[in-house]
Amino acid sequence: MSATGIGASVRRKEDFRFITGKGHYTDDISRPGQTYAYFLRSPHAHAKIKRIDKAAAEKMPGVLGVLDGAEMQADKIGNLICGWMIHSKDGSPMKMAPHPALAVGKVCYVGDPVVVVVAETLAQAKDAAEKVVVDYEELPAVVDCAKAKGATQIHEVASDNVIFDWHLGDKAKTDAAFASAKHITKLDIYNNRLAPNAIEPRAAIGEYDTGSESFTLWNTSQNPHVARLVIAAFVGMAPENKLRVIAPDVGGGFGSKIFIYNEEVVALWASKRVGRPVKWTAERSESFLNDAHGRDHATHAEMAFDADGKILGLRAHTVANLGAYMSTFSSSVPTYLYATLLSGQYAIPQIYCEVDAVYTNTAPVDAYRGAGRPEAAFVVERLMEVAARELGVDPADLRRRNFVKSFPHQTPVIMAYDTGDFDASLKKAMELADYKNFGKRKREAERRGKLRGIGFSAYIEACGIAPSQAVGSLGAGVGLWESAEVRVNPTGSVEVLTGSHAHGQGHETTFAQLVSERLGIPIESISIVHGDTDKVQFGMGTYGSRSGAVGMSAIVKALDKVEAKAKKVAAHMMEAAEGDIEFKDGTFTVAGTDKSAAWGDVALNAYIAHKFSGQELEPGLKEGAFYDPANFTFPAGCHICEVEVDPTTGETEIVNWSAVDDFGVVINPMIVEGQVHGGVAQGIGQAMIEHAIYDDNGQPVTGSFMDYAMPRAHNLPSFKVGMTMTKCPSNPLGMKGCGEAGAIAAPAAVINAITDAIGTENIAMPANAATVWAAIQKTQPRAAAE
Amino acid sequence: MPTVSMTVNGKPVSANVDARTLLVQFLRENLRLTGTHVGCDTSQCGACVVHVDGVALKSCTTFAWQVEGANVTTIEGLANGDKLHPMQEAFRENHGLQCGFCTPGMIMSAVEMVWRKGSDLDEQTIREELDGNLCRCTGYHNIVKAIHAGARAMAGDRGPAQQAAE
Ligand code: FES
Ligand code: FES
Repeated sequence: MSATGIGASVRRKEDFRFITGKGHYTDDISRPGQTYAYFLRSPHAHAKIKRIDKAAAEKMPGVLGVLDGAEMQADKIGNLICGWMIHSKDGSPMKMAPHPALAVGKVCYVGDPVVVVVAETLAQAKDAAEKVVVDYEELPAVVDCAKAKGATQIHEVASDNVIFDWHLGDKAKTDAAFASAKHITKLDIYNNRLAPNAIEPRAAIGEYDTGSESFTLWNTSQNPHVARLVIAAFVGMAPENKLRVIAPDVGGGFGSKIFIYNEEVVALWASKRVGRPVKWTAERSESFLNDAHGRDHATHAEMAFDADGKILGLRAHTVANLGAYMSTFSSSVPTYLYATLLSGQYAIPQIYCEVDAVYTNTAPVDAYRGAGRPEAAFVVERLMEVAARELGVDPADLRRRNFVKSFPHQTPVIMAYDTGDFDASLKKAMELADYKNFGKRKREAERRGKLRGIGFSAYIEACGIAPSQAVGSLGAGVGLWESAEVRVNPTGSVEVLTGSHAHGQGHETTFAQLVSERLGIPIESISIVHGDTDKVQFGMGTYGSRSGAVGMSAIVKALDKVEAKAKKVAAHMMEAAEGDIEFKDGTFTVAGTDKSAAWGDVALNAYIAHKFSGQELEPGLKEGAFYDPANFTFPAGCHICEVEVDPTTGETEIVNWSAVDDFGVVINPMIVEGQVHGGVAQGIGQAMIEHAIYDDNGQPVTGSFMDYAMPRAHNLPSFKVGMTMTKCPSNPLGMKGCGEAGAIAAPAAVINAITDAIGTENIAMPANAATVWAAIQKTQPRAAAE
Repeated sequence: MPTVSMTVNGKPVSANVDARTLLVQFLRENLRLTGTHVGCDTSQCGACVVHVDGVALKSCTTFAWQVEGANVTTIEGLANGDKLHPMQEAFRENHGLQCGFCTPGMIMSAVEMVWRKGSDLDEQTIREELDGNLCRCTGYHNIVKAIHAGARAMAGDRGPAQQAAE
């Protein structure tokens, strides 16, 4: 292994600019003549708009435009869309309601943008917004997803608020499996609603150039090309060739910056209207109102076992809250990203899952770190733990008994697991957690008046999203390949253009490591270019832990082509047969001779082209590739959480976290471990403190960091992280992906540990001190009273 | 519009600004020092932390005029010319950042933490002292490690406020 190649914990190339304050995030960009947008948002969860009076606002100082949805429609600006078609059981298509970027006629959640004010300064825009009068007629609000069906109708297209009722698996066979069961474990689960809260708030700058009749959008996006495609083809702002989207440094995404949002569309449109660049930056309170939330699933699940503790079947019914409108990929989250993972790490002969997706008067819900897979892992791993307790079996043992042990393994819910070793990760996690001495630690804690518990989560996920053909057959409106272009300069330095987008993942380093390893050149000579639709031709962006398995595989493909071409050049240079050229560690040699040419010489010769005629070989050294994966990848592992609960207060401390993951081949262990830490932190946040709450009228209760509990340094432990490795067979590097694992694994491990500590079967997330204390009151009144 | 004058990263600056102008707006918009970030509107996240006369301060909750005449250091002024501050080095060496958005505030808070608490910081102290800084990417694990290492590398460095108090 070279010091900067695959497998080395290379320090990140991007860090210098971030630690010196020289990053370029969207809000750091200032365009000449820039103006500022401020959005007037609905204060009601559900209301008709009776009248909008903008006259007084228009006269306010500095105001350049006060614009509403009717004007947007008059300019033929189309609606936002959801790009994944789901069909109901009866074959009918999902009921996608119109989603205008500025509300027309009615508002459907608190924060729904109604009017935009554009002014010379932000303060002027805010002052003017106060003068806009909007008359509303309030309507009853629907908030709770369990009660949405048949409540006050929100959209004309969905009479009972049901967007689709979908299912997967064989109901009759699953019911038959249950009928033959020796034991059935049942669980009701609410997967709590979360606010994604990347620390960089979303932002957008729209600019229209009258000379070229083209738009530029700078925005906080995880996938600028997808944004351009949607805004061009569906919203109809401009043809794709007249719209450039630039996503510069982006301060975290976690899914929330995948989607195409109202404000970026409005910033573009308004820039043409006022004839000046228009900038909008979210305040945190707007992030809480308007960024797509995550999770919000209510599930009843059952697992059937035979007399030997072997799983016979699993069935689940889920109600998924998709909020007031269907966000960009929202329909895929509670369906194909969820039910397809309900087999977990286990050989389960029959699975059946029904999902009702509903509208409510809350912010749209879409993918958030893990997207559907944390919900699935939570269902499976909670069921396993509860079943182990009911059956009186060690939880590790029950898991082991049911693990998938031979690969490939076809589950009853679409996925075909290609490889894995679930025993290995369980075993290693148990060693890391010192499981065998847990009893001792528990007794020691008891002496201090503490309740100690331990919980497992043996998760699996499907990443490397995704084979285009497969997702196409499941309803995706796009293919999920990735592109790469490798440009070799005459002096031998290299630019790699990638359709992946980094917003914390460190691609500038890991992608360069791959190129350095392949071409034998230092990583300083390699630049990674991403996030600009004028530079990178097309790309699908970064989410679903896909940038390694899919994005880097595209780079491998392009590098293969570069190497092949460079060998041709080298053959001409050294007057040898092409087949005799070998390339290793940055040097081309002619087999069986001492002739050699350095990488830089070959690059130069490719461009000066003195050694060959343009007829026999094209000058230049630049190749592109599109890579479409053959299968999903299946990262899996085992996390073990150990907690101590103070029975007098319900205060819970995580005293030990052991994570063992199988991500396949790892490019940079330091970065991968960082991804695990961050994911686990978000999973612990979900399990213990985070919850985006609306009151019964649809008013957000958690509208700021004052009332939405974000994990802080003192809420979290240090993590023990280990790895096992089975090489992924479906991509050239053998990678599986690591970005979401922690968030997928963690919630079940925490809840399993807490319920183990306090001796209850179930507890709601977030299991904060109040919830835990209340649960203790029921299970251990004595402990609580003491 | 009132005039405000202060020293920022060693350079005297002065401008006429709206009285409502926050220190962070003054830094980002008037001086184009965009390393100081805004992550919230309730003084909770710490992305905006700068040093004012050697004390860590949330610049999102401070009017520019409140620091009239003060010595302000932002993340851009922390390095000594080309030589990174040991805390900056420690964040890079320990992978204490991912997206980098919280990082300037984290580093500024960390430096002042060492000035106040000394260079031998245990994990619990670091975690408690980070109460005012949010990071959504790192799970804090490597930030804690970075601050621990950065603090040691800063041994003997007394902050301006501490020196003045002596
Ligand atoms: S921006 Fe100052 S604390 Fe969040
Ligand atoms: S590194 Fe992204 S918020 Fe801290």
